[in-house]
Amino acid sequence: MSDSAPNYATQLPLNLPSRTVRIWRERIIATILFLAAFSSVATTLAIVYILFSESVIFFELVAEDHAGTVWAALVEFLTTTEWSPLIEPKTFGVLPLLTGTLVTCLVGLTVAIPLGTVMAIYLSDFASPRLRESLKPVLELLAGIPTVVYGYFALLLVSPTLQKLILAVQMFFWPGREEFEYFQLPGFNMLSAGIAIGIMIIPYISSLAEDSMRAVPVYLREGSYAMGATRLQTAIGVVLPAAFSGIVAAYILAISRAVGETMIVAVAAGLQPIFTLNPLEGAATTTAFIVSVSLGDLPHGSLEYQSIFAAGIMLFLLTLIFNILGYFLSRRFREIY
Amino acid sequence: MTTAPVEITQDLTAIHRSIDQRRLQEKIFILLGLLSILFALLALTALVLDLFFRGLPILNWRFITSPPSSTPEEAGVLIAWVGTLLVMVVTALFAIPMGVAAGIYLEEYAPKNWFSNFIEINISNLAGVPSIIYGLLALGFFVYTLNLGQSVATAGLTLGLLILPIVIVTTRESLRAISSTIREAAYAVGASKWQMIADHVLPYSMGGILTGIIVGISRAIGETAPLITIGALTFITFLPDSPLKSEFPFISFAWLQSPFTVLPIQMFNWVSRPQEAFQVNAAAAGIILLVLTLGVNGLAIYLRYRFRKGIKW
Repeated sequence: MSDSAPNYATQLPLNLPSRTVRIWRERIIATILFLAAFSSVATTLAIVYILFSESVIFFELVAEDHAGTVWAALVEFLTTTEWSPLIEPKTFGVLPLLTGTLVTCLVGLTVAIPLGTVMAIYLSDFASPRLRESLKPVLELLAGIPTVVYGYFALLLVSPTLQKLILAVQMFFWPGREEFEYFQLPGFNMLSAGIAIGIMIIPYISSLAEDSMRAVPVYLREGSYAMGATRLQTAIGVVLPAAFSGIVAAYILAISRAVGETMIVAVAAGLQPIFTLNPLEGAATTTAFIVSVSLGDLPHGSLEYQSIFAAGIMLFLLTLIFNILGYFLSRRFREIY
Repeated sequence: MTTAPVEITQDLTAIHRSIDQRRLQEKIFILLGLLSILFALLALTALVLDLFFRGLPILNWRFITSPPSSTPEEAGVLIAWVGTLLVMVVTALFAIPMGVAAGIYLEEYAPKNWFSNFIEINISNLAGVPSIIYGLLALGFFVYTLNLGQSVATAGLTLGLLILPIVIVTTRESLRAISSTIREAAYAVGASKWQMIADHVLPYSMGGILTGIIVGISRAIGETAPLITIGALTFITFLPDSPLKSEFPFISFAWLQSPFTVLPIQMFNWVSRPQEAFQVNAAAAGIILLVLTLGVNGLAIYLRYRFRKGIKW
């Protein structure tokens, strides 16, 4: 009777691949997926390689042009205050671009940090859940607006409004002068670009800071309320310190955004690299300089062309530092509870 | 002990004063909170209204179907929106498979070791790299090393790389949201790892992944700086080669190598001109851009809301 036992393998209507095929198919898929994930590392390596190798060419060209040695070119790049790569005699002191970046960034943060923080506290500890759920997406729209539209906004709405406002303030306090004797805000200025940047980065701060404040456990708040503290005292005395590293991580992300912002400053802050810390003047930032050179259709390999990579590597290192700082801070805040 | 009541009343008035003071502080803070939200909303409204008041009068069919021109009244956005569309096709075709695959690897396959950790830190760092740096990368790598030229293909790949971190992170988040019971059930009926992912986990997390892709695309539509850096033209009057042909083989890929411009660059070009009339054009282009990016963003918010409500494990 044993030979009448049914052979299931032939009876079942299955066409299963053999075990080896199955294992190999799985391995191939895993490899492909790994390569996709690894592409991010490759991207970073490519960024570093391109920026570094092209910058080396830049410093060699500067050395050839007037600086003598690559070392002298590097010193000139980092310490002198005149940036004129397009006009003879060419000079390559990057500090004007840095101050331009710094000033617009600072103006932006002066707008965004107080507003964003107050909003975050209000939304997390005061607003009703309904209000919070409907306001958050609306605020996040601010970050979704294309930056070139913000540039338009800064140049054609913020800047003229500020011009009128500054003139009106002067006429109020020092009346009776001829109009040209008053200080006139130039059409391109870092103040209006900075304000637009600030408005753009508000949601980064309000949203992320709110998230980290919501993550503070309710019992901490309840403990504080039980001691007779008001909501405001609880928010400032208990929730804010508990969520501190998350909030700082949000600030750092916002700083990194503001430093790297390009189109707003390219449109509204002007393209003249001036070494100044006065936000009422126009100046070029690192990013705006890269845009202005890219628009100029310069030949590949020329000194001016290479200079955008030197500016780029500086920007990259600057944001890299902020990003790493932010990463570790946000990791810390996750580990607290 | 006749002094005690006096002390108590003194204490009580002090306490009442302190409570009143703190209530006042709280009211002031609520006012401050509402004012800052109001400020942000006002800025948003002012921006939108200004664009619409200036741009809407000239935003008509002629504007959408005309190429740019040196006379502002004849200029339109035809080349720009076609360029945006084509670049987005390349961006999506590149970023979606790459991003989803990388997300699956990191969430489902990656061993817990320093290298996976390193990839993770690296991705969160890439998300914070300024977009113009991607432009420089593309200029050095795609344009001059791979010789792709200043073409639609280069632009699409550049923006694809730019939005890759967004797609990866949202893919991971939506995979993580799938309960492990689904995975165990698939294994229990004999599914291999990939079968488990492809047939069970991926379909369930499609909503979240889709949201991430849409957010990424909306970001890419508005991106200007990296495309200017790779040398996208700011003034161009001809359309890229059509991808559909009337004769065999009906599909052509010549458009990939074509020079192009996109909506944000067109708008930037018009904003940078001193003439008032071009700024009206800029406003009109801005409206289209805003409707596109905010509309797509709104879709993502809606999807996120729907999918969050939808499946409960």
